[in-house]
Amino acid sequence: MRSFWRALRRNQLALAGGVVVVFVAVLAILAPVIAPMDPNRPDVKKILDSPSSRHPLGTDQLGRDVLARMLYGARVSLAVGFVSVGIATLIGIALGSAAGYHGGTIDAMVMRLVDLMLVFPRFFLLLAVLGFLRPSIWTIMAVIGLTGWMSVARLVRAEFLSLREREFVLWSQSIGASAFRIIWRHILPNAIAPVLVAITLGIPAAILAESGLSFLGLGVQPPHATWGNILSEGKDAIEIGWWLSVYPGLAILVTVLSYNLLGEGIRDALDPRLRQSVGRIVSRRR
Amino acid sequence: MLPYALRRLILALPLLVGITLISFFLMHLAPGEPVDISNPDATTTADREGRERLIQAYGLDKPIHVQYWNWLTRIVRLDFGRSFAPDARPVLQKIRERLPITLALNVAEMMIIVMLAIPIGVISATRQYSRFDKVTTVFVFVGFATPDFWLALMLMILFGVQLGWLPISGLRSPTWEYLSFWRQQWDFLSHLILPILVATFGGLASFSRYMRQSMLEVVRQDYIQSARAKGLAEPVVIGKHALRNALLPIVTILGLSLPGLIGGSVIIESIFAIPGMGQLMVQAVYERDYPVIMGNLVIVALLTLGANLIADLTYSLVDPRIRVAARRSRR
Repeated sequence: MRSFWRALRRNQLALAGGVVVVFVAVLAILAPVIAPMDPNRPDVKKILDSPSSRHPLGTDQLGRDVLARMLYGARVSLAVGFVSVGIATLIGIALGSAAGYHGGTIDAMVMRLVDLMLVFPRFFLLLAVLGFLRPSIWTIMAVIGLTGWMSVARLVRAEFLSLREREFVLWSQSIGASAFRIIWRHILPNAIAPVLVAITLGIPAAILAESGLSFLGLGVQPPHATWGNILSEGKDAIEIGWWLSVYPGLAILVTVLSYNLLGEGIRDALDPRLRQSVGRIVSRRR
Repeated sequence: MLPYALRRLILALPLLVGITLISFFLMHLAPGEPVDISNPDATTTADREGRERLIQAYGLDKPIHVQYWNWLTRIVRLDFGRSFAPDARPVLQKIRERLPITLALNVAEMMIIVMLAIPIGVISATRQYSRFDKVTTVFVFVGFATPDFWLALMLMILFGVQLGWLPISGLRSPTWEYLSFWRQQWDFLSHLILPILVATFGGLASFSRYMRQSMLEVVRQDYIQSARAKGLAEPVVIGKHALRNALLPIVTILGLSLPGLIGGSVIIESIFAIPGMGQLMVQAVYERDYPVIMGNLVIVALLTLGANLIADLTYSLVDPRIRVAARRSRR
């Protein structure tokens, strides 16, 4: 563990990423305290005002303060990222460990399911499911989670395949421990490193997916601000209000970039061996 | 070769069945089941109507195995019924109009990505940690993190609104008919520049990364050492011995990255108002046009499946080791 921290500290890019990740999270949590004004209060006298000392990032079509909306938007974007990746991780661990531990038919079935999910371009699948449901923040979280568990399942399975042959597993089996107990108490703690990396790299992917959906107007619905739907309003004001488009996009870019840098840093620090295999599987977008 | 191809085809069959199953269950998600008369608000009425039309169109009031059998026989004939939109045209007809545009765009993007990514990857691998390598690494990370719709907006603001150099929507100007032949070609091309630029950006980042990784692995192999040892010039070692081997995994990654590219065309087509599959899909979701949603989803999945198969077979064609080792090492 100590060597992990030492390795991570040496990686300045990853550290910078980590600092930004924490910073954005603090901003999101403290949004009600630091936001200069109510994100949803319209002001007809200040429609599409360019950035000024009173509105550092300008105002939108309804005269709402963009900075305040972005701070509140950070809460939604991060919440969607965390919850949906949580869902994806749980599903991925459950299916991946079952497949890797039992092998045989279960393994074949789970892997076929993974293949099947990967045959659908993720964004088309997201849109199709949302086309049948009423959009709300909860359906967005669930749908992004349900379409994003495949890489975790693959990673966990791969770890289990090698770990299940080890002596400590054979020993637990020989004294009659149940499969669930062996998986949960003995193998999973040893397989957690790649999962951690997958989570750190999954969050930015989920944030990108959410902002893309919200941009199309099919994600989180107004008046709730998210980075994606502020951009969507920005598109309608592209001729006059450049600040509506520039800043939320920069926020997404910087946040996603920081999570990616942190995730790669954690991966290298945990185990240099993982460098290629995890990257190959996880870093595919959408 | 033939047994291998057959085995891949047989492995694809369950996926084919899976595609029909997933789309079938999706249909049952349609809201509006409990008919709540006390709540007469517009969306629930619309939902109920949509569901009733769905029940009629696909016989959802029959027993579930009959429903699925009906659905299956329709998919086999690629019959997705008629659109719920007022024009009520057959879904397949709508898709057929738009598929070529999306396919052409994606093929063009793929070609540009491959042509640029291979040299970038090779150079940054052979000069690891050089300035070029560092610059491309930064580009890769930024490319991964840039939301494509934001990049599109930025380019539209810069080139479309501020500079006024390029058109920002559609495939043709309204004055298209009055232009001379060469003007028409330029008009069409200039409409394509921004969408293709945006679409290739993210793909280029990941592809040059893969190429670099693949090249780095190959350069360390013994046969590269022996090529050098027998006195071959460095360009021959890199350009012939190393490159050919480094390109092998790229074939598979090409196939695997197709869903990502097609998925990306949803956003790009809606931003730039390009009448392709992606735009059709988004419109169908807005209008709750269930048959079009289902048809789109199934067609796109079939396309991806086909592309993956082709990539697999091509890979085994160019690398005979795969055909032998396939059974053990794959997955």
